[in-house]
Amino acid sequence: MSATTPKRMTSAIVREDEPALIAAAKAGDARAFEEIVSRYEGKIFRLAQNITRNTEDAEDAMQEAFLKSYAHLQEFQGDSRFYTWLVRIAVNEALMRLRKRRPNQVSLDEPVETEDDLMPREVQDWGPSPDKQYAQTELRNILSEAAEKLDPLLAVVFFLRDLEELSTEETAEALGISISAVKSRLLRARLKLRERLDRHFGQGAPN
Amino acid sequence: MNCDGVIRELSNFLDGELDPAVQRELERHLGDCGECALIVDQTKKTVQIFCDSEPVELPAEVRSRLREALRRKMGPSSA
Repeated sequence: MSATTPKRMTSAIVREDEPALIAAAKAGDARAFEEIVSRYEGKIFRLAQNITRNTEDAEDAMQEAFLKSYAHLQEFQGDSRFYTWLVRIAVNEALMRLRKRRPNQVSLDEPVETEDDLMPREVQDWGPSPDKQYAQTELRNILSEAAEKLDPLLAVVFFLRDLEELSTEETAEALGISISAVKSRLLRARLKLRERLDRHFGQGAPN
Repeated sequence: MNCDGVIRELSNFLDGELDPAVQRELERHLGDCGECALIVDQTKKTVQIFCDSEPVELPAEVRSRLREALRRKMGPSSA
């Protein structure tokens, strides 16, 4: 088995014109800022949903993230990607709302790394294309359910690294956590999601 | 490398971030251990399946409320 990176080939988070758009927005061009918003609104909404698990909170967090990024645009120095900067604002907004609903919920820098056994307990044969055995809607429900059961601190790392294809360093920067925490949480997220899918895909067929 | 070692290095392996010597050791283990080979393959598939799933569109009313909030913030000169 070879180590191939399980990434999509379609990532185009930063377009060439982005620095110019940000410069225009900083100079007061509202249309330029609206163009930036239109590029990232879907991503930021999904990110907020991943953390809050609540559509209303996700909308609030997304809205506030864009309003704050506009208000503080002059502080963006351009030494990181705009998206990374925006993600950091959005994650903080989403976590604030999550904590309101779940006061026991943890903060981003709280260690979720434990010494528990990572070794999967159940491993069943999935067959060659387990996802193809489900209708699109059914598969989407399976994936949503698996993601929703994930600890939000793991889910946000999975979202940024695997779905948004941020690098380990960018994810660490966006979340304000260490690189080793990103790696550890990503491993846990991937293993937990595999385990959840195993319950559906195991033995090869939907029942 | 034993099974625990494979699991610990699984993400680095999938992301192609392993030292070549460690990677060879891990691949040797996968050749001998069917269970670890399944776990590695399924974890890779898990990531791929999530990546391939169609993202849910931003609901139109959510987008429109966001635009309204931005317009209020940016003032009447905005589009």
